[in-house]
Amino acid sequence: MIWLGIDTSNVPLTIAVVKDNQLLVEWTSSIKVTHSVGAMPAVEEALRQADIKPNELDAIAVAEGPGSYTGVRIGVTIAKTLAWTLKIPVVGVSSLQTLAGNGSLFKGIICPIMDARRQNVFSAIYTNELDATLPDGHYALDVLLEQLAATEEDILFVGKDVAIHWEAIQQVLGERAIRAPFYHDLPKASVVIELAMKKPLPSIEETHHFVPDYKRITEAETNWRAEQQKAGQNE
Amino acid sequence: MTKDQIILGIETSCDETAASIVRNGREIISNVVSSQIESHKRFGGVVPEIASRHHVEQVTIVIEEALKQANMQPSDLDAVAVTEGPGLVGALLIGINAAKAFAFVHQLPLVGVHHIAGHIYANQLVEPMQFPLLALVVSGGHTEIVLMKEHGSFELIGETRDDAAGEAYDKVARVLKLPYPGGPHIDRLAHESEEAIDFPRIWLEEGSYDFSFSGLKSSVINYMHNAEQRGEEIKPQAVAAGFQNSVVEVLTAKTLRAAKQYNVKQVIAAGGVSANKGLRKSLEDTFAKEGIPFTVPPLFLCTDNAAMIAAAGSVMFEKGHTSTMAMNGRPGMTLFDWN
Ligand SMILES: [Zn+2]
Repeated sequence: MIWLGIDTSNVPLTIAVVKDNQLLVEWTSSIKVTHSVGAMPAVEEALRQADIKPNELDAIAVAEGPGSYTGVRIGVTIAKTLAWTLKIPVVGVSSLQTLAGNGSLFKGIICPIMDARRQNVFSAIYTNELDATLPDGHYALDVLLEQLAATEEDILFVGKDVAIHWEAIQQVLGERAIRAPFYHDLPKASVVIELAMKKPLPSIEETHHFVPDYKRITEAETNWRAEQQKAGQNE
Repeated sequence: MTKDQIILGIETSCDETAASIVRNGREIISNVVSSQIESHKRFGGVVPEIASRHHVEQVTIVIEEALKQANMQPSDLDAVAVTEGPGLVGALLIGINAAKAFAFVHQLPLVGVHHIAGHIYANQLVEPMQFPLLALVVSGGHTEIVLMKEHGSFELIGETRDDAAGEAYDKVARVLKLPYPGGPHIDRLAHESEEAIDFPRIWLEEGSYDFSFSGLKSSVINYMHNAEQRGEEIKPQAVAAGFQNSVVEVLTAKTLRAAKQYNVKQVIAAGGVSANKGLRKSLEDTFAKEGIPFTVPPLFLCTDNAAMIAAAGSVMFEKGHTSTMAMNGRPGMTLFDWN
């Protein structure tokens, strides 16, 4: 069984090819190049190096969000188009669970962090078996830290954006907060594949309906709903 | 007889997700458009993030449908043409990345297409182009007079210095409290009125082929404001007719003057606003009188579609203009750095 894995949900780009549970190629970078420019050439190159033709692929695994809306969409668009036209399944995996997966050997709980500006983060709390005890979501940083303060174990923070909030994290959690080494801060497409392999394979009819998991409605909709509510109250 | 050239076109630059298959750049085999207009209506305009979310939902569906309606397999195709710009960047990227993934799997050349070139080439799906040719491109984002001396060559003769014609329509429609998109509503109201308010024609300096519509929009707003203050009744039909007369007269006169100066063999209108009945009639009557062949594509080819992208892509592909897997979306792309 040959898998292609893709994660473009934030600045890092990662592509991997796994054949029969062996990692053949993994390419990971964290350079500010737009994924629209970098992602397809990386897919092409990874397959070329693995000496695998597109039609030899059996399934595609992709990080489905949350993350940068545009970033997530590029990965999902590439993954679903490849899957649809190759008539193979596409499996979506949480971008946060993918990051948490980097810390799965840690004895404690794992908190992946993606910055979402204005003291907000996309985050979750995972056990080291990668079960979410706080679901993936868009959280105010202080709300997340409150949730973490109520736990007892050591907490591993994973992700390059941890750096942005590290001071605030330490202030609330002190020595219980442990920062992953930098080589675990980038998502790995091999982890995306590993997580996808644990899920049931969707039918190929479902590919058309595969979309990102944004974890947030758009600002325009938020404003529109607020206006509707106001109008409703005034009636 | 050489083999037919079959091109798949993909367009996602604004709020239509579209795919089409075109033979030899001239003949539409299939043409699928998934419009999002209903989703954007409640916001009074296109919301870029919502547009992008829709494109991801629709993109593989429209491509599959285009192949199915054409009764073709990917192996029947010679190239994939996709809108490279201009447009909403997040929206462009969906079509571009879908096009790349599809082209990669089927080992097809990729052709990035300028959206406005697409609008111009919509005419090629109706009848062959005669050069030199003058195109009046009018849409929500563009008002340009383009001279083409041959296929794939574009020279800018004039352009708007502020609002695009379609933008002016939308803004005036908002002042008249008409629903989005406003252009068709103004067109309809204008035709219901015998009476027309006299608004200025903005000609700019002598000899210029440029346009300006923001002053006209201000005149409409001032007129409404003054009438309100004086407690006069405002007839939206008369305002719409007056506004439309001004826009149409300036567009027609400048296009005619350019057509004569460059001694063109054909004039075409392109872009969403070329669906406007008032503008069509004025251009048709004027060029008929002058004996200059004038064409405007049928309505379904004036609004955004992928057949026009395939048609323009066909010419560029013939010229060897192909793109790589590193192609990016170019939201501010100009027509003149493309050819
Ligand atoms: Zn357009």
